[in-house]
Amino acid sequence: MDKTIDITLKIWRQHDRKAKGAFETYNLKGISTDSSFLEMLDVLNEQLINEGKEPVVFDHDCREGICGMCSLYINGHPHGPDTAVTTCQLHMRKFHNGDVITIEPWRSAGFPVIRDLMVDRTAFDQIIQAGGYISVNCGGAQDANAVRIPKKDADEAMDSASCIGCGACVAACKNGSAMLFVSAKVSQFALLPQGRVEAARRARAMVAKMDELGFGNCTNTGACAAECPKSVSLSNIARLNREFIKAKLKD
Amino acid sequence: MWLTNSSIGRKVVMSISGLFLVLFLTFHMCMNIALVFSEDAYNAVCKFLGANWYALVGTLVLAAGFLVHIIYAFWLTLQNLKARGSDRYAVNVRPDTVEWSSQNMLVLGIIVILFLVLHMAQFWFKMQLNEIAGVAPGINPHDGATLVIEVFSCPWMVLLYLVWFFALWFHLTHGFWSAMQTIGINNKIWFNRWKTIGNVFVTIICLGFAFVAIAIYIKYGLMGAGGVC
Repeated sequence: MDKTIDITLKIWRQHDRKAKGAFETYNLKGISTDSSFLEMLDVLNEQLINEGKEPVVFDHDCREGICGMCSLYINGHPHGPDTAVTTCQLHMRKFHNGDVITIEPWRSAGFPVIRDLMVDRTAFDQIIQAGGYISVNCGGAQDANAVRIPKKDADEAMDSASCIGCGACVAACKNGSAMLFVSAKVSQFALLPQGRVEAARRARAMVAKMDELGFGNCTNTGACAAECPKSVSLSNIARLNREFIKAKLKD
Repeated sequence: MWLTNSSIGRKVVMSISGLFLVLFLTFHMCMNIALVFSEDAYNAVCKFLGANWYALVGTLVLAAGFLVHIIYAFWLTLQNLKARGSDRYAVNVRPDTVEWSSQNMLVLGIIVILFLVLHMAQFWFKMQLNEIAGVAPGINPHDGATLVIEVFSCPWMVLLYLVWFFALWFHLTHGFWSAMQTIGINNKIWFNRWKTIGNVFVTIICLGFAFVAIAIYIKYGLMGAGGVC
């Protein structure tokens, strides 16, 4: 037998970028604890459509925790109360019968609300376009041993590359800073020989774009890493600082 | 100039000025300890740091350090408030690993400055400023020991100063490792090392200050002529 719970949802509704938003309260009965959080919202939207009301708008895509599309600030946490998972992998078994669940969009000047729980995260795309790539031609696939990379560096680069660009770090930060995202993207290249070539230019360009788009100044509270669904480490931020300072001192 | 128009540059200025002020506090604490053992030794230091050219240059550099740190603090905070946006979260939970002090550095800093104003009025005004401008006639600017004993004979003053040191301790426990992180000399291994080194170091500094205040109170306020407030 499935276990089911009855819950109350307080959801931020906002018609468009300029409209003033407000919380709406919805009651849901008989939600299976085996369902995911987004499936629960699907049930809500089904119910709203049947009642002839506007469904709640929220971002989602792969629903397996790798695309970085889902967001949602649930009960005071980006991606909800579970640690190291995205909202799509959060399950209703983390909640109890009678719970009131508050769902808000990411709130940051860099991520304006488009509608309801959906925010505009194109600022992250712009930061990547500023330098989050390798422009040299790396040629065809080489022998695995041709370019030797210490295991430690390879592992660390892989950990940095696990960032899915969801924006939870900005949402969690009291300063609306994008440093964890930018530092992860700078680190995944800075640690590897192919990325090293353009390391200085990349750090300069991506930080400049981040500042230009109005993200805040990092004050090392560590809320970003604590809430990151991919457990991206704060050590990336130290590396970005190091790369940036080195680049500027060389100028 | 990257130290003013990039976020990391502004943070570097905060870190360097902050570490400079920590260095100053270290010297100040060491000098205070002397008073517990000898009034003459302490007064010798006071005389050495009076109106000599090197002491005045040092004072100006120190004042510049404070000013830069304070101005940047307000500047960064205003920018961060703007970056946060106008809508606030209805429900906000601080993750367990996030230190309370790290989210309240400006508030702690303001508490520290307010006490600093009192501290300057009680000592610097009557000592270095008095020596160069004669603002407090009748007070010997080189007799710091008498001034300190006068202030710390009063239990309320000791209590006030202890509150100050407590706020300072909170400010520095985050400030120290945060400065290392911003300068970039940090990684996964040094993360906990810097935190531990910082915590131990600033605890020694703050306990040193508290020790002098309490020792002077016991020696002169409690055992001596009694507390005059």
